[in-house]
Amino acid sequence: MVEFLSKPWPWYVAGVLIGLTVPALLLLGNKIFGISSSLRHICAACFPAGIPFFKYNWKKEAWNLFFVAGILVGGVIASQLLTNPEPPVIAASTQADLQAFGITDFSGLMPADLFGTDGIFSVKGLIFLVVGGFLVGFGTRYAGGCTSGHAISGLSNLQWPSLLATICFMVGGFLSTWLLLPFIFKLF
Amino acid sequence: MATYKTTNARLNPEACEAPNNQVQSESFVGNLKYLVVGVFFGIVFVKAEIVSWFRIQEMFRLSSFHMYGVIGTAVVVGVISVFLIKTFRLKTISGEEVVFPEKTFQRGQIFGGLMFGIGWAITGACPGPLFAQIGAGFPAVFITLLSAIAGTWVYGYFRQRLPH
Repeated sequence: MVEFLSKPWPWYVAGVLIGLTVPALLLLGNKIFGISSSLRHICAACFPAGIPFFKYNWKKEAWNLFFVAGILVGGVIASQLLTNPEPPVIAASTQADLQAFGITDFSGLMPADLFGTDGIFSVKGLIFLVVGGFLVGFGTRYAGGCTSGHAISGLSNLQWPSLLATICFMVGGFLSTWLLLPFIFKLF
Repeated sequence: MATYKTTNARLNPEACEAPNNQVQSESFVGNLKYLVVGVFFGIVFVKAEIVSWFRIQEMFRLSSFHMYGVIGTAVVVGVISVFLIKTFRLKTISGEEVVFPEKTFQRGQIFGGLMFGIGWAITGACPGPLFAQIGAGFPAVFITLLSAIAGTWVYGYFRQRLPH
């Protein structure tokens, strides 16, 4: 059993489990599955600064902070107790493209070349951690949701604005991958 | 947080997009059940390698079906679940009617969507996986999370001046 759980889980298992989060949260307490809102609640709780967007009863939404704390704990459990003994299998074409960019570490879930702690204060860290993170935080709130709130919750309830948002997420990702990343990697 | 129907930025700046629609309030202990759901969810994220920067690159380079399979299956399961809850008028465990907020079109879904997409390909993470990556032993991602919180704050600050 542990051996089965340690292997990478196939897409259809993960897809079903993630999809079931929508009814689980609805039936447990009338909660809408959406993770980026947790970032707003953190702003509202810690630095509201009199901004109207952060003046609301965040305590009523505290469930979302419990949920994301759980995700972090789940990450610890999965990586400590259900460790995959093999290095991840990466599609050959993607690996070749990334090697051409100068990525050398394919041993884990994230390349140490970009997401190692020693790169935090480098130009790479500035782009991949600081600029990337800022775009994720600003963009998701501007769009009114992320992959969970729009692509999964919104589409589950057949909301066409969520379909539009999801299409824009994908378009942004393709532009970033094919046009921006080759430019960024030339900087190093 | 009473009016969910108008998520239009100017009309209703209070609206939360992933609201708690339960009437009864919940205690600290009551909230722990969402922590448990989060734990399972985080395990799935890591074990299906959704938190992997490489999987996101494969998705945007169209060299693997994995992420399309995960998101596609999740949407199908979600659509069926919502349909069943509506059809059979299932109640929450505390006996309340399930509320389904409507999303209203606003241009931020385009501008913000594109910005998030660009950031998604750079960081290899949407907001959920950020938390799982930190837990899975990538402490540098804590910087990404702080920056995402800063991004959310800056959006809140400039919100009234942005096109919606």
